Amino acid sequence: MSSVWPRIEPLLAKVQKPARYIGCEDGMQTPSHAPDQVAWLLVYPDTYEIGLPNQGLQILYEILNERDGTAAERAYAPWTDMEAQMRAARVPLFSVDTHRPAGEFDLVAFNLSAELVFTNLLNCLDLAGIPVRAAERGPEHPLVVAGGHCTFNPEPLADFVDLFAIGDGEEVVSDITEVVRQWKASGRTPGSRQGVLRELSHVPGVYVPSMYDVAYDGDRLIAVTPKYADVPERVEKRTIADLGAWPYPRQQLVPMTEVVHDRLNVEIFRGCTRGCRFCQAGMITRPVRERPADQVRTMVSEGLKRTGYDEVSLTSLSSADYSAIESTVTGIINDPMCGGQVGVSLPSLRVDAYTVGIASEIAKVRRTGLTFAPEAGTWRMRQVINKLISEDDLYGAVQSAFSQGWNRVKLYFLTGLPTENDEDTLGIADLARRCVSVGKEFAGNRVTVATSVGGFVPKPQTPFQWFGQNTSVELQRKINLLRDATRKDKGVALKWHDPKATLAEGIASRGDRRIGAVIEDVWRNGGTFQEWSEHFNLSLWEDAMARHGLSIDWYVHRHRTEDEILPWDHVSAGLHKDFLWMDWLDALNESGIPDCRWTPCYDCGACTGYGIEHVVASNRPPAGGSQGTGQDLSRGGDVPVVILSGRPA
Amino acid sequence: MRARLRYTKLGKIRFTSHRDLARMWERAFRRINLPLAYSQGFSPRPKVSFGLALPTGHESVAEYLDVDLDPDKAAGTDIDLLPARLTPALPVGVDVLAAAALDDHAPSLQHEVTSCTWEIVCHPGSAGELTELVARALAAESLVVTRERKGQEVTDDLRPALLSVDVLGPVEGGVLLTAELATQPRGVRPAELLRALAPGLEEISARRTHQWIQRDGARDEPLVLDAPDAPHALLVERVS
Repeated sequence: MSSVWPRIEPLLAKVQKPARYIGCEDGMQTPSHAPDQVAWLLVYPDTYEIGLPNQGLQILYEILNERDGTAAERAYAPWTDMEAQMRAARVPLFSVDTHRPAGEFDLVAFNLSAELVFTNLLNCLDLAGIPVRAAERGPEHPLVVAGGHCTFNPEPLADFVDLFAIGDGEEVVSDITEVVRQWKASGRTPGSRQGVLRELSHVPGVYVPSMYDVAYDGDRLIAVTPKYADVPERVEKRTIADLGAWPYPRQQLVPMTEVVHDRLNVEIFRGCTRGCRFCQAGMITRPVRERPADQVRTMVSEGLKRTGYDEVSLTSLSSADYSAIESTVTGIINDPMCGGQVGVSLPSLRVDAYTVGIASEIAKVRRTGLTFAPEAGTWRMRQVINKLISEDDLYGAVQSAFSQGWNRVKLYFLTGLPTENDEDTLGIADLARRCVSVGKEFAGNRVTVATSVGGFVPKPQTPFQWFGQNTSVELQRKINLLRDATRKDKGVALKWHDPKATLAEGIASRGDRRIGAVIEDVWRNGGTFQEWSEHFNLSLWEDAMARHGLSIDWYVHRHRTEDEILPWDHVSAGLHKDFLWMDWLDALNESGIPDCRWTPCYDCGACTGYGIEHVVASNRPPAGGSQGTGQDLSRGGDVPVVILSGRPA
Repeated sequence: MRARLRYTKLGKIRFTSHRDLARMWERAFRRINLPLAYSQGFSPRPKVSFGLALPTGHESVAEYLDVDLDPDKAAGTDIDLLPARLTPALPVGVDVLAAAALDDHAPSLQHEVTSCTWEIVCHPGSAGELTELVARALAAESLVVTRERKGQEVTDDLRPALLSVDVLGPVEGGVLLTAELATQPRGVRPAELLRALAPGLEEISARRTHQWIQRDGARDEPLVLDAPDAPHALLVERVS
C-alpha cells in the first residue's frame, strides 16, 4: 500500500476547510500494513465534522488496532468541492490516517446512523473505485460492511453491502477479522468471494443479504429465505453483556479543526428501557448496561488530562437516569485536578430526572447547552408514545435550569405521531409558552425557549413500525398551526425540520430491497449529502420512485397490518414481535408501561432471549420527578410496583 | 505575567486555520497544566494573543503568541522549560522553538511586527524568467493591484510593501523566491506578490521564515533565538 498524500496535497489549496482531510488528530494511529494483516477502513459517510466525534467508530478503531495482525484507519465523505477535485485529479477515496486508497483495504466498513446518508455510502464506494453493486465485485475488491442503528433494517442497502454487522460491534469485528484473515491467506482466488461471504454468514450478528432470496406477491413481500441450509433464517443482534469490560475509547481522537461535540465524551451507559415507542435507539439497544461509576471517573480524569479538553459530556440515551449521576457530576465539577475549569454537559436529558442539584453543580463552571425532550404536547399524546413525563416534571426541570442562571433551554418535540390531533399539536405551543413564563420569573425578558419540532418517521423494530407516516402536506399544516400559535410569543423560538426531508427519510427507513434501486437512482442523479438542506432535493426521490414504479404512499403513508411480513423481520433486536404488537395496541389505547429497570420484567425479549440482564448499580430510580410512572416520586426511593392499565398480565 | 513563544507550523498541520490553532494551543496549555490567566465574564477564556494570522496552507518557522499566566499560581513556572514541555503536547509539525518572559505592558505582536520574510515556490517559469520579472517589479515606481474586499474592488499600490525579493533558483515543483513583505499598514500575502509579478504565476508553497520589528533604525525578531540556526536546521536544503 502506498500513500496518495502527494496527490492530495495540491488539491487542498483549492477547497474549503482543508483540515478535514489531513488527519493529524491527537490519538490518531498510523498502523503498518503487511500482506498477513487484515486492514479495515472505517468510513463515516458524512462530513469529517459530523463523523469524527462518532464514538462507535472510534471504539472499533481502537479495538481493531489493538488486535494482533489487524490494522484500522478512517475515512469520511469528502465535501462536494473536494469530491470534484478528487474526481478531476483521479484521486480515490483515502484514509485520513496514512492517506491510503480505500480500495487497498480488505474491508470498507460504514457506520450508518441516519438513513439520508445512504446515497453517500454509494458515492464513497464509487470514489473508492469499488463497484457500487455487491454482485459486480470480484476477489480484488474489499468486502463492504455496514453497521449502526440503520442496519436494523438492512434491506434498502442489501444490493450494495456485502455484510451487515447487527448490534454492538465490539466483539463481532474480531470474529469477522478472523474469517477474512483466512480468506486472505487462501489468496482471495477468483470465485472465493462467495465462499468467504457464506462463511461470514455463520458469524452471529452478521447478515449477508446475498445469501437470501426475497419473494413478492405483487406489492407484498411474502418471504425472505436463506439460499442454503447453513445460513441462519434469522440474524440476531450482538450485545455486549458488560460495558465495564470495554472501557473505550481509551484515546479519544482530538481533532485539529472544529467538529460537532468537540469535547471529551464518556459513555456512561448503553441501552434504555424507558420504552418510548417512537425511539428506535431505545428499542434496539436493550438492556441497560451501566458503566461502573469508578470506571467513569477514571475515564473522565484520564481523558481530560490526555486531551486538554475543558468540557466533558456524559453520553447515553438518557444521561440523568444513570444510577450515580449526581455524585459523578459533583465529582468532576469539584475535582481539584480540573481546577474549576471543566464543564459538564448531559445530552439527552429526561425532564423527570433533572434536578436543581445537578443544575447547580453544572452551573458552577459553565452553563452548557440544555435540551429537554418532552416529545409531545399533551399528556394524552405522551401516553400514546409512552413518554410518561408530566407537565409538572417539565416545569420543574425548566425551573431548575432558570433558577440556576440559564436563560435559554431547548425543547424537542415530534409531530405527526400516531393518533395526534390538533389539540395535541397545539399543546406543544402551550408547553413552550408556559416554560417561558416559568423562566421570566428568573431571567425576565432574556428567556428563550428554543422549540424544535421534527416530523415523526416510524422506525423498524419499534411498536410504531406499523404506523403510516403523515404526509409532508399534513406535517407542514401542523407546523403552520404551531407557527401561527407562537407568532406573538417573544420567548418561544420555533424551529422545524423540513417535512420533505422527513418524507425521504420515510422512504429509506422502512423500505424493502426494491428501494435499493431508488437509492442508486438518487445517487446517480447527483443526490449526495441529502442530510444537508443545501443539497437535499425531494424531487430526486419522487422521480426515482416513479421511474421504478414504486408508490410513496404504499411505502411511507400506509398503515401496516399485524399479519404483514415486514422487510426486517429476519433481523432481530431480540424484541418479540408480539411484544411490539401489544405495545402498539397499548399505544392506540393511550396506555403507558413503566421502565422495567425498576418494575418487574414484561418480557420484551431483549434480556430473556440472550440470557443477559440489566447492569445497574441501583435498583432504585434516582430522585426527582415522576420517573416515568406518572406518580409523585420527588423524594426518590422505591417505585411502587404498579403495572399501568392496558398491559396483559 | 506574560510569556511569548515562537513556534513552527510545518507539514500536514499547515492546513489548519488560525482559529483551529487557537483551540489547539488552549488544549496544549491545559495538558501541561500551565496556570493561565482567564478573562472575566460569562464564558471565561484564557488570555492568548496571536500575532499576524498565517494564511491556511502556509508553513512557518516564525510564528509567535503571547500568553498571560495567572500571577498567583505562576511563580514557580520556569519559562525556559516551556519549549520542552509544550512541544510534546502539540501536534507533529508544531514545535516550540523559544520562550521568554515579557513585560506585561509590552506592545502586541500585531502592532509591533512591520514585515515578514517568506520563501515562496512558484510555477511556471524558469529562474531566469523570474529574475527578470522581479527586476522589473522592483524597478517600477508603483505596482497597482486590485483585490476584492468585503465584496468591493479595492486598488492598492504594492510596491512600497516589497522590501526585498530575490530569486534563489529552481527547486522541485518550481522556482524558489525569498521576499520580505511589509505588514503595515496591512499584511501583504505571498500570492499577491506573485500576482503583481505576472498574472498566472501560481504559488506552489509558501513558508514564513521571519517576522521583523523595525524600531529606531534597527531590525529585530520578536524573540531572539538562543541558537539562531535552529529553525533553519528544520528546513531541508531545497535549492538544487
